[in-house]
Amino acid sequence: MSVNTEWKPKIVAFCCNWCSYAGADLAGSSRLSYPADVKIIRIPCSCRLNPLFILRAFQRGADGVILCGCHPGDCHYSTGNYYARRRMTLLFSMLSYLGIDSRRTRVEWVSAAEGPKFAATMNDFAKTITELGENVKLGDLRCKEN
Amino acid sequence: MQRELIDRIRALMDEGVATRVLGWKKGEFFYDTEPAILTAEQLDQLVYDSFCGPNLSKYLIQEMPKLEGKIIALIKPCDSYSFNQLCTEHRVDREKVYVIGVGCKGKIDVDKLRARGITGITAIDEDGDTLTVHTLYGDETVNRHEVLLNKCLTCKGKEHRVFDEQIGESEDTSAGADRFDMVKKLEAMTAQERFEFWRGELSKCIRCNACRNVCPACSCVKCVFDNPNTGVQNKAAADDFEENMFHIIRAFHVAGRCTDCGECSRVCPQGIPLHLLNRKFIADIDDLYGEYQAGEEIGQRHPVINYTQEDCEPSVVRERGNQA
Repeated sequence: MSVNTEWKPKIVAFCCNWCSYAGADLAGSSRLSYPADVKIIRIPCSCRLNPLFILRAFQRGADGVILCGCHPGDCHYSTGNYYARRRMTLLFSMLSYLGIDSRRTRVEWVSAAEGPKFAATMNDFAKTITELGENVKLGDLRCKEN
Repeated sequence: MQRELIDRIRALMDEGVATRVLGWKKGEFFYDTEPAILTAEQLDQLVYDSFCGPNLSKYLIQEMPKLEGKIIALIKPCDSYSFNQLCTEHRVDREKVYVIGVGCKGKIDVDKLRARGITGITAIDEDGDTLTVHTLYGDETVNRHEVLLNKCLTCKGKEHRVFDEQIGESEDTSAGADRFDMVKKLEAMTAQERFEFWRGELSKCIRCNACRNVCPACSCVKCVFDNPNTGVQNKAAADDFEENMFHIIRAFHVAGRCTDCGECSRVCPQGIPLHLLNRKFIADIDDLYGEYQAGEEIGQRHPVINYTQEDCEPSVVRERGNQA
């Protein structure tokens, strides 16, 4: 038996319960494949995403973090994703200002009916992160697996 | 001006407007001016000179529950923004404060004097723009504008945004400087250069929490950094990540509410330019969501708790380029 030593990125996807999480389900039941490196975390709304969660994900060894929410105007709670949009724009800009590659963070709007878009988004994001390689700028040495 | 101020406060106290005043008094040395709450008997300790840099607005929060009547607060033009912001956030009750808008012609940074090799300072005489510094080793003359606090170099102007009465003249000390100069310079660097710049700065952090404690926007009753479950509770940072995280989260928490008073950088014992993080948020907000100055009026709704349907997408950060 050979051990696969090829480096695989770790990607955290925060998905809104009302749209992208169901979109991921649809991608699965439509038998569309997306990389197994994507770990999905369900949140009740895209605006539930505290900026601290993103930093935490990077601390624990994530190489890329993506937030998926309802299209603007379609939020289950009417306006949550509008707030998330502003917050994430500012946070990503700040991370970029601190020298962290802004391609490691992304926001995509994926509805419950967009299974193919979910799979395509994840494939594209995983490809980008694989090209960028391991995240060394925002990791925590103590959380590193040996 | 100090004499005039004390006389006026005494008159106000005699009229029964308030029983206490929030102002400054001398610390260990005459240039170590510190915030103080004084009663009528202690009024002679009050000082108002070129070393009254500290922003007093935040000290009003702890006074609010203790107050029966009013408190007199001395507010400089730049501090009036913080005062308004705290009123907006209902941390300070405008009705309970009698605001004396004190004039300000820029405050002096004693560290800048020391950096010029002037030590053993015993007294300073001011004559217009010329400072005569008396030291143990003789007298030195310095131009006042060369030793102003950094925050005074990007002065927000001489207009008090809030006051019940004004005493003294103010003077804009910014001399046309662009407060976003350094932010622009950093933005023009490559990501790697920026990363190295910030590693160099933030790795000096000793997590003394002075920036948090002095910040008028950091006024939460329960702070995330006091929560032992965060793993970043008040303690020295054990890893690069913690330094980054503390400062990113702190800057993010005050985004939109930061009045750019510059206190964080002034108090930092390690000289980290923390205001550059806050200014980046201000620059982004101005750029993406329209010009906004926190604390301009009481009751503003700041851009981070607001939205429009036409807001830009977060991908704008990538599209700006210069990220890799």
